Amino acid sequence: MKKLTNSVSRRTVLKVGGVSAMVLAAPGLSRAQAPTVKIGLLQPMTGGFAGDGDLARIGAEYAIKEINDAGGIKSLGGAKLELLIGDSRSNAEAGAQATEQLKADGAAIVVGGFASGISMTATQAAARYELPFIIDCAVSDALMTRNLKNVFRFNPSFSMAADVALKNLVTINDASGKAAKTVAIVHEDGLLGSGLAKLMQARLPALGFEVVEAISHPTPARDMSNVVLRLRSLQPDLIIPSHYFNEFVLFARTLQQQRVKPKGGIYALFGGAASSYRFVKEFPEAAEGVMDVNHWGDPKNPTNDKLMQAVQAAGKFYAYNAPINYSVVKVAAQALEFAKSAESGAIIEALQKNEFDSGVMPYGKSKFDATGQNVNALPLNTQVQGGQIKVIYPEQFAQAKPKFPANG
Amino acid sequence: MKKNFEFIAALAFLGVVGIAAIAGLPGNILNLLIFMMIIALTAQGWNVLGGYGGLSSFGHAAFFGTGAYTTTILQTSFGINAWVGLVCGVILGAAVGAMIGFLSFRAGLKGSYFALITLAFAEVLRILANSWDFTGGAAGMMVSINNGFAYLQFSDRRWFLLILIGFVAGGLLLTRWLERSAFGAYLIALRENDQAAQALGVDIFKIKMQAITLSAAITALAGCLYVQNFLFIDANVAYGSWISIEALFAAIVGGAGTMLGPLIGSVLLLGLGEITKSFSGGIAGVDLVVFGIILILCVAFAPNGIRGFVADLWYRRKSRGKAM
Amino acid sequence: MYSPTIIFEALMNGLMLGAVYALIALGLTLIYGVLHIVNFAHGALLTVAMYLVWLASDRFGLDPYVAILVVTPLMFAIGYCLQRFIIGPASRGSDNGILLATLGLSIVIQNLLLAGFNSDTRTIATDYAFEIVPLGPLLLSLPRVIGLGVSVVTAVLLWAILNRTDIGKAIRAVAKEKLGASLVGINVAHVYAMTFAIGTACLAIAGGLLMPSFYVSPTTGAAFVLVAFTIVVLGGMGSIPGALIGGLLIGVVEAISSLFLGDSLGQIGIFLIFILVLLVKPTGLFGARA
Repeated sequence: MKKLTNSVSRRTVLKVGGVSAMVLAAPGLSRAQAPTVKIGLLQPMTGGFAGDGDLARIGAEYAIKEINDAGGIKSLGGAKLELLIGDSRSNAEAGAQATEQLKADGAAIVVGGFASGISMTATQAAARYELPFIIDCAVSDALMTRNLKNVFRFNPSFSMAADVALKNLVTINDASGKAAKTVAIVHEDGLLGSGLAKLMQARLPALGFEVVEAISHPTPARDMSNVVLRLRSLQPDLIIPSHYFNEFVLFARTLQQQRVKPKGGIYALFGGAASSYRFVKEFPEAAEGVMDVNHWGDPKNPTNDKLMQAVQAAGKFYAYNAPINYSVVKVAAQALEFAKSAESGAIIEALQKNEFDSGVMPYGKSKFDATGQNVNALPLNTQVQGGQIKVIYPEQFAQAKPKFPANG
Repeated sequence: MKKNFEFIAALAFLGVVGIAAIAGLPGNILNLLIFMMIIALTAQGWNVLGGYGGLSSFGHAAFFGTGAYTTTILQTSFGINAWVGLVCGVILGAAVGAMIGFLSFRAGLKGSYFALITLAFAEVLRILANSWDFTGGAAGMMVSINNGFAYLQFSDRRWFLLILIGFVAGGLLLTRWLERSAFGAYLIALRENDQAAQALGVDIFKIKMQAITLSAAITALAGCLYVQNFLFIDANVAYGSWISIEALFAAIVGGAGTMLGPLIGSVLLLGLGEITKSFSGGIAGVDLVVFGIILILCVAFAPNGIRGFVADLWYRRKSRGKAM
Repeated sequence: MYSPTIIFEALMNGLMLGAVYALIALGLTLIYGVLHIVNFAHGALLTVAMYLVWLASDRFGLDPYVAILVVTPLMFAIGYCLQRFIIGPASRGSDNGILLATLGLSIVIQNLLLAGFNSDTRTIATDYAFEIVPLGPLLLSLPRVIGLGVSVVTAVLLWAILNRTDIGKAIRAVAKEKLGASLVGINVAHVYAMTFAIGTACLAIAGGLLMPSFYVSPTTGAAFVLVAFTIVVLGGMGSIPGALIGGLLIGVVEAISSLFLGDSLGQIGIFLIFILVLLVKPTGLFGARA
């Protein structure tokens, strides 16, 4: 794992240049002067989700640098933090193996996980050593039902996010004089999409929406034209999609091509591409007006802007992985501060008993309940407006007013 | 004599691994060994049909996944004991094997056609498992954590590794029996020339059916054990093409149609994977590039796998020694 | 249910997408017909073609359709070298050997692409990607219409090459009677490599047709290759008209079934066709021999 940490840094140095070389070398230099505590970051650095893992690394490294520059962990005599990167290779077995490796390399706490399947096996591996593990953005409800006392989740669960998404949708729709009445759901047939479709079909009718159709498609999808054809015939006021980046790109492009513009627009929950600047920059026309409910940094927090700049400086497109991993490292550092120790038991107890600043995430004070879930975690509503991803709801975080109906 | 020596050497290797584990190994090594043994067992299953019978399946995931899902569903939905679940998983896996075998051998499929149809069956099962409710749909299924022999889960994973070593040793024994039995001889005969074998009065349909059933049972067992270790499966893990390829890789690189092949293959490939990963400098995919190149090199220069390659060298040296 | 316009439009969608499927299947079936192997590297080679088209557009500003003219000879050369210098020698003629060599090759290619391009999705933005061709009440996507046209032309060209040129005659001779062909002085290894090269070059055209409306990532080819297998089996392994008609048929089946059953279950339909054809009539609709 050391090798990987070093070489990842080396690559970054090549890309970013000399200034960050100094920054990245700093923890190494200071090791001689103060004791260090190792934080493991479990992310997919290779495989299908490698892009997500890379953004997460940028966020986490930013947090580590900030903490070390501010004097490290004070209750541990100014101990510096060292980031160990575990590569989950985008699959569940490798996730467990990488967690074992992080433990073997001396991580006091592990953060990350990213996808639900990987987080499932990785947290189980961590449980064998009672190694504290804070999940960054995996949403499956099942993750927190296993009574693993070492496992905490920083981000909102799927059902928490769905609650917020529905509540906000009703509010936004009511404010527009109930512009949207009929809804079509388009979802991938995996964990993410199917769960959403089931929940939406159960809850939307009671909120005054008529679900005219739920259309599922496989991942990877070769073609969306038949899905769009059905939508053209159904003419829903609002489309609720749930799929990963590639399929969303394909879907949005096909909608644009087939001139299908639902009056209310597109309202996504965890809609991969709708919260990615890559999509917005590459397909501004298809992206315009798309709303999403997703993990998102508080735009009014100045550090969030700096993170965005750091991501852009690395030649990447900003997405939520960076702010959420920045923040989860911050929470881990606070837990170390409270624990006054790098022992597993003490860190777990500190996580259970205290409230934490949530970094750049809009969670207020993070607090973990008996299952380990952060009860104050909150997704934000965003909308693509004028080529920018703007937070539109809730109001205390909003940068812009919702444009709803989007195509009205 | 040589076969005896190999058999004893393999048992000795497994014994050393077991003793080393008991003496104490770091968790990450233990984890790797457990995974190696699961893949070895999967490949031992593939080897019966693909190695001895010459029928290359590209869809052993169908059996692996059936074993894994059966034991998981029985444990979580019906509260049935893990060991009973394991036995049922093996039986159902074998049944799926028999069904696929019945359909494809009746139609006389072999070679590329057989490879394609096994692949298609595994894909159909993957899509179904991904959409049915009783397989947990796309969310997959979890086996709840309960440590103890009866649950086939151990807080100390050395026990689990020892059980796996026992099963792999059982696989070796079975293959050794196969090599000496009439059934094995018929199986090899139909691999070499099925028409000739048929002309000589071998009931090739029956032999093929027996081979695929046995092969599927062993691979299903590996699937059950996979679940007991990772406690989580979904359609892409259980029925995904990764496991079909892993099984075929390990068996062929190690030596298809040999007793030791699957074990050698899985230990070398997974060991090598860990090594290349640490040298690849975090660049995605380099370990798999190495895997692919090894497979091509094996096909080109060691058609009988590493075991065959080493045995050839050995044999040549010995015979030269005798001649002189 | 659905209005006739919608059903007719789905049908047209199916035909247009099926034509590109057919193009991918053409290469596969040609290789099978002559070398009698299933080329498991076909999907990975499609991905290579798509990346080449993307590179031509991204680095040199070439239009994806113009890029076809550059990428086709490149893919032809790649295909020739792969068969002549890697697959042929490595497999030494054994069926299982070829099967495994192409599988190994596909893993190598896919992961080299991953190492070189990482897993990011790449797309090409063109002015005409969102153009439509109104045909009565139907709105047909311009890239798809072009795809249909080019695929059919390619199939006809391929047929002409096989029937009207010397190399085509040599290919047909080797396909029919390998030993006899080599006795009359045909270089079988060269013909094999030429066949593989032509099959691979078809992928360059398919890649160019797909890129204006699709994306490419290191695993993209896998999404198409299973369909291509189905088409080859359905049309009869080795049959060029079979691949063309099979492709159009599968495209239509996929479109209609996804209209009525949803896209997810529509996939099962394709595999069931695949299994049924293999079990009941492994020679397919137009296949000459098993």
